Amino acid sequence: MTSLALDPPTGPHPLERAVRRSERRRRLVALLLMAPSVLFAVAVFAVPIGLFLFRAIENDGIPQRLPRTTAAVQAWDGGDLPSAAAFDALADEILALKGTPELAQLGRRLNYVVPGYRSLMMGTARRLDAAQVATLDAEATRARLIEADERWADPAFWMPLKQQSGPLTTFYLETALDFERTPSGELVSVPAERAIFIDLFVRTFQTGLATTVLCLLIGFPVAAVMARASGSLANLMLALVLIPFWTSLLVRTTAWVILLQNEGLVNKTLLFLGLVDQPLQLVFNRFGVYVAMVHVLLPYMILPLYSVMKGVSADHLRAASSLGAKPFMAFRTVYLPLVMPGVAAGSALVFVLAIGFYVTPALVGGASDQMIGYFIAYFTNTSVNWGLASALGAILLGLIALIYLVLGWAIGLDRLKVR
Amino acid sequence: MSEPIVRFQEVSKSYDGRSLVVAGLDLDVVAGEFLTLLGPSGSGKTTTLMMLAGFELPTSGTIRLDGRDITALPPHRRGIGVVFQNYALFPHMTVAENVAYPLRVRNVPAAETAARVAKALGLVRLAAFGDRRPAQLSGGQQQRVALARALIFEPPLILLDEPLGALDKQLREDMQMELKQIHEALGVTMIYVTHDQSEALTMSDRVAVFNDGRIQQLASAYELYERPVNPFVARFVGENNQLAGEVVACEGDTARIRLGGGVTILANAVDRLSPGDAADVSLRPERIRLAHGDGEARDNLVAGAVDKLVYLGESTRLFVSTPGGPTIVAKVQNEEAALDVARGRPVQLAFRAADARAFRVERPA
Repeated sequence: MTSLALDPPTGPHPLERAVRRSERRRRLVALLLMAPSVLFAVAVFAVPIGLFLFRAIENDGIPQRLPRTTAAVQAWDGGDLPSAAAFDALADEILALKGTPELAQLGRRLNYVVPGYRSLMMGTARRLDAAQVATLDAEATRARLIEADERWADPAFWMPLKQQSGPLTTFYLETALDFERTPSGELVSVPAERAIFIDLFVRTFQTGLATTVLCLLIGFPVAAVMARASGSLANLMLALVLIPFWTSLLVRTTAWVILLQNEGLVNKTLLFLGLVDQPLQLVFNRFGVYVAMVHVLLPYMILPLYSVMKGVSADHLRAASSLGAKPFMAFRTVYLPLVMPGVAAGSALVFVLAIGFYVTPALVGGASDQMIGYFIAYFTNTSVNWGLASALGAILLGLIALIYLVLGWAIGLDRLKVR
Repeated sequence: MSEPIVRFQEVSKSYDGRSLVVAGLDLDVVAGEFLTLLGPSGSGKTTTLMMLAGFELPTSGTIRLDGRDITALPPHRRGIGVVFQNYALFPHMTVAENVAYPLRVRNVPAAETAARVAKALGLVRLAAFGDRRPAQLSGGQQQRVALARALIFEPPLILLDEPLGALDKQLREDMQMELKQIHEALGVTMIYVTHDQSEALTMSDRVAVFNDGRIQQLASAYELYERPVNPFVARFVGENNQLAGEVVACEGDTARIRLGGGVTILANAVDRLSPGDAADVSLRPERIRLAHGDGEARDNLVAGAVDKLVYLGESTRLFVSTPGGPTIVAKVQNEEAALDVARGRPVQLAFRAADARAFRVERPA
């Protein structure tokens, strides 16, 4: 301590430097050992995901393909119609794209905002003649465009060109939350009959929550018994928990379809026992989704619970009991608080996995049981609206992060980790 | 003797249905006493304590507390304070909350709880530590919190299961004194389990020595040390030479025993001995002196040679081999050992017949 006090205040202490030097080699080796996994994760995971998420706010296509039009529309106040110069630019740019796949892509992109835009673009391009338009002045071009398709006289079709002219757009995020822009640019909720995404998020979270609660109710006693069981019995129980864990998700889900269908084992047994007169609808509805999801996710609840419960000494419960606590009191005031980290970790894990489920609801659920993952896949693969798919993904990711932070704030982040 | 506070009657316990961990235990505990259950691990002492606390059910027999049969009563209805070896403090509660726990489950009003917690923490000298978490305390402090928690609901009986086992030597000795003081101040009955015989001797009013699920001897520390009733107790309590021999003659309490190689000694016959019996003689090393040929009257004088010396500070331990006979350990005070005792030197060991206790043993031929 004395030598520390005598040192000049500038520069690191020589001892500190020596420690750093001696640690450097070890740190270097550690970094080198980590490097392959870090590079792998960055190259094939972090970067592609980041790029895909960026599509949620990237305004791809409109300003790139209609640079002059979007520039000209900026001067428009959104009231009547844009200037003749804007019409002139639009006609030139549509003609430039005529016959290329880009026109169809642009039409599809604008169709997301205003239904019918795709046919408007394609029809306009078909009716315009490059040689003729070249001879017209701006005013005449305007008249010719409106003549080609009178929708060009509707400001609603000009609005997206003005509102989404920048390199970034909030359009996809707004759509994913059931919002739209009025012609004057105000953000409003879409009419109830067209709103789908809020309901979808609510349904996804409800399914996740119900699955988590069911897993907790079923898994807690199992984990508690396992934690108290002696060596060989505990190992056997652990193996039974892990066998489904090691089986393919697809196989297990398909197995549930076979078991639960009208001609399946469960219904056959119920009929045979005379408990029901006709087969129960057990699959392709919410019941089937819960059965399959709880089955798939149960090990993720049991394992963290088990590992925490195993660390709780029997003496704590004995102490509570000897101090006069009735069994339920001892459970509530001693056992439950001590296993809470396991409950939190298991629940967080199951919930996060559950709301990301895609295959299981797709196979055992009905049309109204599909979760967010199904729609992300739909917009990615079928409708090829990647912007909306990324927006849904980004919102899901953000909500999960939010839940995690709130949980972490409420019960401590270090308690959420899975040991 | 007044009515015992605890009475074990014919209590047996078996876990596997084949061997008994506790075998036919009969034990009366006197109200207000400090009773220690002493024994090696697996001797049944902890199981006995756990049955009294209610954590284990006896396989047969009855346990009474204040005359009431509590054999099958659940622990939370027994009102017995228990202190565990690993403290068993609740890590998610503060020290004060831990100590208040017995009052909380009894719905004691907050104001009274606060006053009693303060008093209990004061008793174990931790008044300033109420807001800490158990993990922020040292082992000794944690054990004092556990003690305060067990005392606060004023149970008539406190069970302590090797409470000082995890502490280092100095702290253990301080805590022994403290426990003793609390016992005397409160007049509460304490039953203490330990495998440390010196701890048992220093603290207890009575000690029950356990082995193989049975009480080998139940007596005061003095009796236990001076008059062990069998070779196990003699071996387990304090240091002892265990010398195998054969009875040559026996007159009243005194037996003449041949230890082999022509070494024959006079010993105090604990059991009834007759010539030809096999016998074990227990002889405490510190009761052996070195004879200097000054004509002192001794019952026994055994000649031998020093094999090995171990210097212990206040004393020296001598390993003395007798010609053709056993090696005898003697512990001599160093004022005396300052004499020129050295390896290989012939010495004369002197001891009284009363200090050599002879037990009859069955020895396979």
